Amino acid sequence: MAEPRPVLEMTGIVKEFPGVRALSDVDFRLFPGEIHALMGENGAGKSTLIKVLTGVYSLDGGTITLDGTAVRIGSPLEAQQAGISTVYQEVNLCPNLSVAENIFIGREPTRGGRIQWKRLRRRAAELVDRLGLDIDVSAPLSSYPLAVQQLVAIVRSLGTGEGAGGGEGPGTKVLILDEPTSSLDRDEVLRLFALMRRLRDEGVAILFVSHFLDQIYEVCDRMTVLRNGTLVGEHLVRDLDQVGLVQLMLGKAMGQLDELHEHQLHSGAGETLLQADGLGRTGGIAPFDLEIKKGEVIGLAGLLGSGRTELARLLFGADQPDSGKVTIGGEQVSMSAPNDAIDAGVAFCSENRKSEGLVPELTVRENIILALQASRGWTRPIPAAQRDELVAKYIKALDIRPADPEARVGRLSGGNQQKVLLARWLITSPKLLILDEPTRGIDIGAKAEIQKLVVSLSEDGMSVLYIAAELEEVLRLSHTIGVLRDRRLVARIANGPEITTSRILETIASGEHQ
Amino acid sequence: MSATTQSPTASGSRTPSTAGRLLGDRRLPVAVTALLFLVMYGVGLSRYQNYGFGEPQVFLNLFIDNGYLLVAAVGVTFVILSGGIDLSVGSMIGFTTMFTAWLVERQGLPIVVVIPMALAVGAFGGFLMGYVIHNFEIQPFIVTLAGLFLFRGLCLVISKESISIGDASVSSMAQAQVSLGMGFLSIGAIVSLVVLAVAFYVLHYTRFGRRVYAIGGNEQSAMLMGLPQGGTKIAVYTVSGFCSALAGLLFTLYIQSGDPLHATGMELDAIAAVVIGGTLLTGGSGYVLGTLFGVLVLGLIKSIIQFEGTLSSWWTKIATGVLLCAFILVQRFMTTRKKT
Amino acid sequence: MTTPSTTSSRWRALTHHHLFWPVAVLVLLLLVNVPFTPDFFSVRMADGHLYGSLVSIVLFGSPLILVAVGMTLVIATGGIDLSVGAVVAITGALACSYISDRSDQGALSGVLLAMGLGLLAAVVCGLWNGFLVARMGIQPIIATLIIMVAGRGVAQLITDGQIITVNSEPYKLIGGGYWLTLPFSIFVVAAVVAVTVALTRRTALGLLVEAVGGNAEASRLVGIRSRRIKIMVYAFCALCAGIAGLMISSNTSAADGNNAGLWIELDAILAVVIGGTSLLGGRFSVGGTVVGALVIQTLTTTIYTIGVPTQTNLVFKAAVVIVVCLLQSPKFRAKVFGARFGAGSGARGSGKQAAAPADPAAASEAAPKMEVS
Repeated sequence: MAEPRPVLEMTGIVKEFPGVRALSDVDFRLFPGEIHALMGENGAGKSTLIKVLTGVYSLDGGTITLDGTAVRIGSPLEAQQAGISTVYQEVNLCPNLSVAENIFIGREPTRGGRIQWKRLRRRAAELVDRLGLDIDVSAPLSSYPLAVQQLVAIVRSLGTGEGAGGGEGPGTKVLILDEPTSSLDRDEVLRLFALMRRLRDEGVAILFVSHFLDQIYEVCDRMTVLRNGTLVGEHLVRDLDQVGLVQLMLGKAMGQLDELHEHQLHSGAGETLLQADGLGRTGGIAPFDLEIKKGEVIGLAGLLGSGRTELARLLFGADQPDSGKVTIGGEQVSMSAPNDAIDAGVAFCSENRKSEGLVPELTVRENIILALQASRGWTRPIPAAQRDELVAKYIKALDIRPADPEARVGRLSGGNQQKVLLARWLITSPKLLILDEPTRGIDIGAKAEIQKLVVSLSEDGMSVLYIAAELEEVLRLSHTIGVLRDRRLVARIANGPEITTSRILETIASGEHQ
Repeated sequence: MSATTQSPTASGSRTPSTAGRLLGDRRLPVAVTALLFLVMYGVGLSRYQNYGFGEPQVFLNLFIDNGYLLVAAVGVTFVILSGGIDLSVGSMIGFTTMFTAWLVERQGLPIVVVIPMALAVGAFGGFLMGYVIHNFEIQPFIVTLAGLFLFRGLCLVISKESISIGDASVSSMAQAQVSLGMGFLSIGAIVSLVVLAVAFYVLHYTRFGRRVYAIGGNEQSAMLMGLPQGGTKIAVYTVSGFCSALAGLLFTLYIQSGDPLHATGMELDAIAAVVIGGTLLTGGSGYVLGTLFGVLVLGLIKSIIQFEGTLSSWWTKIATGVLLCAFILVQRFMTTRKKT
Repeated sequence: MTTPSTTSSRWRALTHHHLFWPVAVLVLLLLVNVPFTPDFFSVRMADGHLYGSLVSIVLFGSPLILVAVGMTLVIATGGIDLSVGAVVAITGALACSYISDRSDQGALSGVLLAMGLGLLAAVVCGLWNGFLVARMGIQPIIATLIIMVAGRGVAQLITDGQIITVNSEPYKLIGGGYWLTLPFSIFVVAAVVAVTVALTRRTALGLLVEAVGGNAEASRLVGIRSRRIKIMVYAFCALCAGIAGLMISSNTSAADGNNAGLWIELDAILAVVIGGTSLLGGRFSVGGTVVGALVIQTLTTTIYTIGVPTQTNLVFKAAVVIVVCLLQSPKFRAKVFGARFGAGSGARGSGKQAAAPADPAAASEAAPKMEVS
């Protein structure tokens, strides 16, 4: 790639929070007409850098140069006006308004203060057409799936530069896409990538954040790697292979994972604990059969949106099935609400810790005893002594920090919050523990600890249903791997030395297991 | 890791289905309310035909007798569309009646001077509440509750007694009639219809109006989209304050007195009218035209109860409550249908 | 550590206690009375009854405390109950009209039956509210608006638009009678508060209520039967309002469908907020609510004793609402007392009062915090 002048240059960026230096002396540059990946583990400083760039945070040091001139970005609005647009993982649009309005709100074409609706819709339709999207701009945004809403958000961010009078302004120079693919299925990702490539070819500089390495290698031209708030390096994507990238991102933490990798799986053959027959839910997952044995770890492999979470939620009664039945320990369970599953000994840690797991205002102790207390009912409180002993035991066993049962759980780090959730279910002594992405968004140390815990729980006879985005993680821990594709359970593979990630990938891709 | 070889699959149609669209159409609740009004009117016609229910003037009286409520409800519509709530409406109306009566009767100011003063006070009161709500992030419920107390208290501070207005210009204004051929409208009714038209224009043809909808739809998003959500919020409460004061003036004309207990609880009528008019209390969805039908339905209930003769006035409250309940349940049903 | 720093840390612990600000406001209000009424704190004995400003504050504040205590639990689940004023009116109307229809109004059995009837009606109202909120999933503020609007009409229907007066000794006792030298209503309030505290803190109800209010979806997934809890809480709130309704009508020996309990829902919500329970739900404090209700009643008394015209009562109340809410708003504290104090108090351990308005912001702030941890 010829090296023109970078459209954006950040030099010596420093950002401090009380007690923490989130970014120290980070350089970052972005060229027009490239897709640039910003890589790093949690805590590397990715989002801090983006927030500095978009004016959410103020700088503590360093300079930002846009098109050769130094700029100060004081607010998201100023960033937009300077030509830096951001699209977040959550779609920040108004679902109650039409697509066209969402694209233009705040800069509607007006004449004498009156909005010109016809012109607005026509221009929105033109914009959408030009980008090769098939969207009816007069329909309310809420009538479209999330993926389309995300595309609309991008379209909106592109229109930002256009002046109120309809004249073309500076336009978007830098487009930041912060984890836009997290909740998209493969098909939708492809649509997004097509749009990204089109914009790149038009000269827009795109900053792309994604946790999916394959996506990075599929669509990006260049990448910048951060670790612990410092710059590790800037590379052309074609010059750095995946192994090299992971090593850069993880630093020396690699060994910890290898250690677990060599862990020997014991054979998980026991009596049947749970049997699902034809369990399914329209719009969630097609009817499936699944047998879970005592002490068995079943890993679910599949792409995001393949039905992993939906399957888990059905087994827990979090969603109500349309068809099928579940037998646990020989008895049929109605599964009309989580209570039924809990009473039968099923526990479920949701992937959404904050919205579906913790009660942030309550203390660590209260959060830990919540499930046990709920199953006992409000009339039978857990005696204080027994409660304190249980809580202390699990805080110690799982190494929850701070080890203070009175601490508010909302103030704990992600890894410790996850451990609190685990403790909550472990004290109910479940027969089946469902873990939906328990290691997402937590640091590498806590990740390894949680994986070790799963192994030891299974050795003690507890069955575990384990969902993780990374196939290696599933492969490492599971006795049996359930493969999902397009909201169907397509295969059930017994783990063994001959099973590799590529075999699983093949199954996911083809939908068949040879 | 994700597989790169997966073939693209069809995942739902990109365009919403016609049936879903019809059910999800945001105009449907307004149509339902309009239909309800027509049905009630029809029932009234068939039952009280012989008592003169069919007179055009009976219909026009709905506007004359409820003009002030319409103006107040229009203000509340702005607030509710933006996702907020205003409990201070009734007190503001009561305060305006006292303020006006006191200035005209006790201070001898001409009504033409008093009108802009009253409107300014109302708008400023609304502005203050909006300012506190936005800048200190206190819930609108609580702030406007303080407004409710404050303005009712100020009524009592002005005078504990009712002040009747004998001013000639006021009574001539109050009695002025605008002939429409088949009947007449009062100044108050005309003003309320003008307010309705202006509100419709503002909500649908100005950026401010669209911002009100955007904020009601998703405030966080509106902020991230770079919309001046703070200013809009303050403006919405200012509009409501202004409308309440205007409603207070119309009420003063209608009743020709100021009383510290005037319009007690009228915020409930206004909110009920807005909800019956199909506006979602969660904000972001609704039409000011629906509010008109909501007010007309409430007015019609009162008329019918009057015509019935044997029913006592409290049946109005009960009927309003029952209607409110029905509409809330219908709204609930519709929003759940839309989600699935 | 040096002495000054331990005192300051103790002071900090004290000021950060969730009851500190409500109690401080209450004490301050009480002290304001002293220059105007030097014997404000004295309690006299006459006719075997205790008299004094303190006694009358509790006496006149009794209905409000009752309603506010019930309201606390509703608010803790993330709800609100606007219908309590109407429930007060309905209960009083029903009980009084039943008693007035008896030939012997003083008969204990009749009075008990009347009270039972009134409370039953109240509980039915509460169950209806709970049904709409928990089963139909309607926003509490809207669901309870229905009875708020229709309830007064029903109360007037029961009393036929009249003010029904009764002349019944046993009925007079709850709201206007004395027992063991003290107003009987104080014992009623004490009993209700004690039962509420026992019900929420001796059992796990309090924890489950706070969990439901703190995170509804998480509570469902943890197996809390939140519908049941919500219905129970609305019914309990209505029951408290019903008792208050009996008390008010007993005190005046009359039922007024139009004016009994007028605006008491607003006072009660105010008391809850002053008491430090967030309107967004979650953590609640019954003790705080009681103090909050006393603050409101003391304010009324104070306005009376310092000789300000009583009609300004509402203006003062408005001022208190504003001041209390501003003090609880982290944004206001940050602006007025400087960024340092604002940040410190925002990050403090309990932070319950601050939690309400800060929570929406917390969601967006969460990401960077995780990032730097």
